[in-house]
Amino acid sequence: MVPQLITVLAVILVFGFFTYNAQINMENRGIDFGYGFLSQESSFDVQFSLIEYDGSHSYFRAYLVGLLNTILVSVIGIIIATIIGVIIGIARLSPNYLINKFAAFYVEFFRNIPLLLQIFFWYFAALRALPLPQDAEAMFGVFFLTIKGLYVPAFIWENLNIFFYSIIAAVVSIIIIKTYAKKVQETQGKQIPVFLIAIGLIFSLPLLSFLIGGVNLSFEVPKLKQLATTSFIYEGGVSLPPELIALTLSLSLYTATFIAECVRAGIQGVSKGQKEAAASIGLTTNQVLKLVIMPQALRIIIPPTTNQYLNLTKNSSLAAAIAYPDLVLVFAGTALMQTGKAIEIVSITMLTYLSLSVSISILMNWYNKKIAIKEK
Amino acid sequence: MFKYLKQLTSLVAMVAVLFTFTTESMAAKKSKTLKNTQKKGFVRCGVSQGLPGFSNADAAGNWTGVDVDVCRAVAAAVLGDANKVKFTPLSAKERFTALTSGEIDILSRNTTWTLSRDADIGLTFVGVNFYDGQGFMVRKSSGITSTSQFKSGISACTNIGTTTELNMRDFFNSKGISYEPVAFEKADEVVAAYDAGRCDTYTTDKSGLAAQRTKLSNPDDHIVLPETISKEPLGPVVRQGDSVWEDIVRWSLNAMIEAEEYGITSANADSMKTSENPAIKRLVGAEGELGAAFGLDNEWSLRIIKQVGNYGESYKRNIADTGILPDRGPNQLWTKGGILYVPPAR
Repeated sequence: MVPQLITVLAVILVFGFFTYNAQINMENRGIDFGYGFLSQESSFDVQFSLIEYDGSHSYFRAYLVGLLNTILVSVIGIIIATIIGVIIGIARLSPNYLINKFAAFYVEFFRNIPLLLQIFFWYFAALRALPLPQDAEAMFGVFFLTIKGLYVPAFIWENLNIFFYSIIAAVVSIIIIKTYAKKVQETQGKQIPVFLIAIGLIFSLPLLSFLIGGVNLSFEVPKLKQLATTSFIYEGGVSLPPELIALTLSLSLYTATFIAECVRAGIQGVSKGQKEAAASIGLTTNQVLKLVIMPQALRIIIPPTTNQYLNLTKNSSLAAAIAYPDLVLVFAGTALMQTGKAIEIVSITMLTYLSLSVSISILMNWYNKKIAIKEK
Repeated sequence: MFKYLKQLTSLVAMVAVLFTFTTESMAAKKSKTLKNTQKKGFVRCGVSQGLPGFSNADAAGNWTGVDVDVCRAVAAAVLGDANKVKFTPLSAKERFTALTSGEIDILSRNTTWTLSRDADIGLTFVGVNFYDGQGFMVRKSSGITSTSQFKSGISACTNIGTTTELNMRDFFNSKGISYEPVAFEKADEVVAAYDAGRCDTYTTDKSGLAAQRTKLSNPDDHIVLPETISKEPLGPVVRQGDSVWEDIVRWSLNAMIEAEEYGITSANADSMKTSENPAIKRLVGAEGELGAAFGLDNEWSLRIIKQVGNYGESYKRNIADTGILPDRGPNQLWTKGGILYVPPAR
């Protein structure tokens, strides 16, 4: 008890000393402390924002812009990294020599090059390789991949809410059918092909909303606009800046290598006997994978994969190097410079990353508990 | 013999200690920064990460530029050797924190003097060593020859954390043009992205544009537009709260400018000691006690002129001869039609 008290006291004293020291130094140098600047007008613009923003909004709004951009790149990155990671992880166990070696090469190559270099590579390689807007060939007639970004058609919806309702209805009915199917299997031993029904529902209900619900979708295709003799852009549609594309690509390709290793370890961690035993009671290969191998493998895969998700989120702060306006660039960069509120802004930024990471951890721990062995 | 040698050494040591004590006692009481600098033996100077003409390191790590020369001048004045400077390359974002936290003692990094920076964040600007203004660079092939030809949708590459970002917004807003700001943390990435065609225009201080243009793959394919959209007086900055140090840096810069005004150069400085003009004699330390005011000896300004040169020499060596901005424009002496005017050193 006494050593613990002393430790706590020491920690408080150390923090107290640093705070006091910082206060004195800031006072001596005429810097005032306070978060009041958050409501001031920011007077700088940001390239890419998910919410309405320009320089006439507040610094707090600029913070939100940066935060949402960080979340955007992290979420897309996590999804793509997981997909690539699972595919490569399984490919590494493939008996096919070519697939197996390719996967191994991929993992070794991408995880051994520093991430910042990869970000620069993808960004500047993309800038060098991509055509100028006026030279771009349309992909499928509507997409334009150019040095200034990927231009995609904008969706123009009519009765969008009915479309959403149809999706909600589909999801609810799938849950009901799944519960019913489980009951039927437990009481009568009969199996209902839930998966096929689910796929059917998720497509057919929204389709019905188009046919009879009055939902309509049209596209606004980007059009070339001339700014000067050799300077063009696309207007209309939605543009994804090359910074976002390069960052997402490099983060996903890099993190996927680690996830692939987690997946491989997870699958190899399930003993061969399990598979053979499952096969011997007459389960099909798919059933073996779904009912026996995966539930056990996931328990090994999830905890280290959580770390990778956290890494990806934190690594997204490297965005500043290639002008993607994430939290670090917008808030801990421009806003810090314009206000000079270093301690305030860095503390907010640190707390934000901490909260993001903790949220991901909580979510993944919840999922991990859900799939953990339940003693019955 | 050895006995005498020993005594002699201790005598020399005593004199040395006494000498250090006397020179230090005047200065040390007044300026903590000066005391620390003399103790360390070098001036800690924050510069850019590479801006030709202002602060740029060659392959061997030797820094040159007009901003670098300000720090060298201070080193010559305070330590007697213009080479006793430790340069710390800083991004626009890091520069003020590095200064206020005490990592460097002078920030000489093409930094614009503004009210909020001077008053708000614990900094003091000591003068202007380059009068600049923000401009735009475009590709010649675009056919754009004036900012009035800019159209909505234009993308502009620049650095974050500079006044550039704010001026750019003011400019485009006043013209009613929507634009895409692409802001990088380091100047090299801005250049690379603009060079690759990511942006239609590159905007920063005009001197910066002229300097960065030399880094492009085909400098001749690009032009700097004639319009200037802002006032950018660039100058050295020190921490608030050490007025002696502030004075030393201010007058080191002023001495360089005044030396040019009186025609004192690194080559003729020594011979100027016998000049008839008392203003010249004061600057080369042959008359008056100017150094004593901030705890330095009387030859502080002579050393600056001899080791670094006057402002004109520095400009010629770093900016004119390198082809960045051969025309001095406003950075000419007031006596020759420019706006360089410093208070008299007396």
